[in-house]
Amino acid sequence: MGKVGIIGVGQSSFVRGYPGSIRELAFEGFKDAMQDAGIPTKDIDASIICSAPEYDKQRSPAGVFAEYLGLVPQPTCYLESLCSSSSMGLRFAYSLVKSGLHDVVAVIGFQKMSEISSAESQERMGRGADIQWESPFGTMMPAYYAMYARGHMGQYGTTLEDLALIRVKAATYGQINEKAVYRRPVTFEMFSDPESPMSGPVANPLRVGDCCANADGSSCVIVANEEKTRAFSKKPVWILGLGAASTTVNLAGRDLFSGLTVAQAAGEEAYKMAGITAKDIDVAEVHDCFTIAEMMAYENLGFAKPGEGKELIRAKETYKEGSIPVNVDGGLLSKGHPIGATGGSQIRTIVLQLRGEAGEMQVKDPEIGLVHNIGGVGLYGNVSILGR
Amino acid sequence: MGKKKKEVDDRFKRFGTVSFTSITKINDFIDYLDQGKIMGTRCKECGLFFFPPRADCHNCFSSDMEWVEVSGTGKLITYSKLEFAPIGFGDDLPYAIAVLDYGEHKIFGRIAEDVPEDEIRVGMEMTTKVNTLPNGQLNYVFHKA
Repeated sequence: MGKVGIIGVGQSSFVRGYPGSIRELAFEGFKDAMQDAGIPTKDIDASIICSAPEYDKQRSPAGVFAEYLGLVPQPTCYLESLCSSSSMGLRFAYSLVKSGLHDVVAVIGFQKMSEISSAESQERMGRGADIQWESPFGTMMPAYYAMYARGHMGQYGTTLEDLALIRVKAATYGQINEKAVYRRPVTFEMFSDPESPMSGPVANPLRVGDCCANADGSSCVIVANEEKTRAFSKKPVWILGLGAASTTVNLAGRDLFSGLTVAQAAGEEAYKMAGITAKDIDVAEVHDCFTIAEMMAYENLGFAKPGEGKELIRAKETYKEGSIPVNVDGGLLSKGHPIGATGGSQIRTIVLQLRGEAGEMQVKDPEIGLVHNIGGVGLYGNVSILGR
Repeated sequence: MGKKKKEVDDRFKRFGTVSFTSITKINDFIDYLDQGKIMGTRCKECGLFFFPPRADCHNCFSSDMEWVEVSGTGKLITYSKLEFAPIGFGDDLPYAIAVLDYGEHKIFGRIAEDVPEDEIRVGMEMTTKVNTLPNGQLNYVFHKA
């Protein structure tokens, strides 16, 4: 069996209130990836459609998208693992191609969160947790991650100022990413200014500025076998390592509240498969749905020792010029987080970085990149390592 | 004609401000809440204890369970006070969700409303007690031990 490559990446702009239906939204990411790949649609052997359910009325969106995108009569199916759905899609596409069952597979992620109100959306997100034993207490994502923030701060002395630094970095790059929903500058001072919306409480200790925004968006990654990758791609990018893990849904079943075990496990698996260590990563995309999530990712992926993630951001080591650039496209905090589209957008950023096509966001000559994508409250973890 | 409607045991709909589950095999949990008791289950085959209670043991595949009361105190591991709530929970604001560590098991719940915020400390000992919500629903909350 040969290697598996990525021959096309694309995404829509991530926006608030996309003025179209979900199939039209999916078209934008798919078109972008197909133009990038430069192949006709008939060369796609199968498609995997990824999102978190219950944001839109459409049941089984795979069939509708396959028709709209011209992907019939090839097989298609729907796959979800909440916010990591399209990274899980990459994992399944890899296995379809590696097994020889298909040559080229499209992974299409989407979410139109604006189909419902923000409060309804929080309720849906909360129901990505344990609906029998947790949701009846009135849970929502920011509060869950706030519990991890408190755990991390208590154990390691991480401060709210450290978390604010992560948002300031995100905004630095969000401003230059034309696909991002939030493109305004964010300063450190805003977090201590009661007049600034950034400082407003959401679920303590997290503030508005610590949270990513809901958005509508789509993404697409075209995965191909070695022969097709070499034939179609001038600058081939290969899937070097994949890792995935799960843990208990109910927080009562967990022992760690200062990090995510799924990220540790998925990272270890991906490093092992790629035959590398954290030191070999030149650029990374991590799942910063909240500032604390990026802080934990530094440590769970081995960029810093447990408790020392704060040193990385204080020294600006995760900026573009630093020793391990992280989320130099603005991350979820600035790009927005259209659940099912997020993983594909992260993969796109790393592929563009490895090809040297990231424009103003380009890191100097990266050879190996990493994508860390988390579903639910650290419930599902996917780590994907890509290389030239 | 005159066919009697089948009675549905949907006691679990009384759990929490808004319950998303009504029919479950551990519906007796609600009766115990009515008696002021918070119960977990223990597998009679292998002895594994579960909180939240379960009807089935994933360890030995037995469904032969006994109810065991959760007692004593637990240590507060972490918590968060919410300023916004999902749909259906707005009237409860502000409230704090939390996790208590009882050693062999943990409990996810809310901190009792009458615990002042400035007295909440990670590591403090707390007890879990049954609570009746303003809308008549039942849950459990953490009090200072």
